[in-house]
Amino acid sequence: MPLVFAGVASHAPGITGRADQADPEVRDAFYASYDQMRQALEASRPDALMIIAAEHFSNFFMNNMPSFAIGMADRYEGPIEDPDWLGIERTTVPGNADLSKRLITEIMQTSDVSYAEEWRFDHGIMVPLHFLAPRYDLPVIPANINCQGPPLTPVSRAYAFGQSIRRAADAVPERIALIGTGGISHWPATPDSGKINESWDRDFLDKWARNDRDALLAYTDEDCLRDAGQGSFEIRTYIAVSGACEGRSGEVLFYAPIPIFAVGCTVGLMDVA
Amino acid sequence: MSLYYVQKFLYELNRDPKFQERYRTDLENLLNEFDLTPEERTALAEPDIGKLYHIGVNGQILMHFAAFHHIEWQDYLQRMRDGVAEHGPVREGVYATTGYEGVEAHSAKLGQRTNIDHEEG
Repeated sequence: MPLVFAGVASHAPGITGRADQADPEVRDAFYASYDQMRQALEASRPDALMIIAAEHFSNFFMNNMPSFAIGMADRYEGPIEDPDWLGIERTTVPGNADLSKRLITEIMQTSDVSYAEEWRFDHGIMVPLHFLAPRYDLPVIPANINCQGPPLTPVSRAYAFGQSIRRAADAVPERIALIGTGGISHWPATPDSGKINESWDRDFLDKWARNDRDALLAYTDEDCLRDAGQGSFEIRTYIAVSGACEGRSGEVLFYAPIPIFAVGCTVGLMDVA
Repeated sequence: MSLYYVQKFLYELNRDPKFQERYRTDLENLLNEFDLTPEERTALAEPDIGKLYHIGVNGQILMHFAAFHHIEWQDYLQRMRDGVAEHGPVREGVYATTGYEGVEAHSAKLGQRTNIDHEEG
């Protein structure tokens, strides 16, 4: 079936872990947008949700770092973090190894992807799932782009990875939904945690919503690091969704800098057809 | 010189309950299995969050280590600031400090209330 759903959302651990420290008004508006995304996702009647994440050394390390990886298991566990710290209980999340294998086989025709029959979810996947599939009843296919350990996956390859995912998703009989999760500008896990470049974020989201391929692929790591912090390397996950929806446009349902969550909190949907 | 192995130690610790159990009960032997300097061994054992940040441990790895030790968020951020103040700028990597007014001042500017727990962790 053609891809049935595409979107992007933030995944910062503070979104759930420090919920009680945020201004309730802006926090609840953000949560409501995430719930709107859940409703749109459910309305698309997906058989599986592929999550393009920017994992944080939970499965992949600098001894053998894949540019791209996709999970190929029937179940996954998470979060690896202390459940009290993250505000999300440990649980088992269903996967679909057979579907993963068919998708990976097709994706490999055009993108060099590693596969992983073990994968422990960190906040990068658990936070979006907490909002989008809170009963953990939707099979998940985790995907990862190296946004953490330089040298990083080039943004042009992230876009092409999205195109490869689209070809594969369209080729299987199942109804596949796709989300990318990451931060835009932010300086997480530094003493400057909470710093957000709002104008940079809004400019990026404007390019993302217009799906302006050339503008998105013009971002360099040097510019990102200077203007938007090392956390902005995660724009690769949004750009992969752009690649999967080439020629279509998107809509930003919510954006607000929430310093205690350490990121400009974002929910966006992209047209798939 | 062995930043890679400091990070590898923390990577294993962050994701493996058996490794965490050995950290609690058999720390000296566990540290011996990694190519670490005395400075790094001490920082991992104490734990000295500020020193680990200063030597360049990737923040995403260090954040999970702090959570493992139940170090409260604001305390964790302060320990990194203290590490830079005491030891100097981050030696290598992309997790440098760049200057920031702080969450409370920033939130106030945005018209957002905050309810931050400053209790020492």
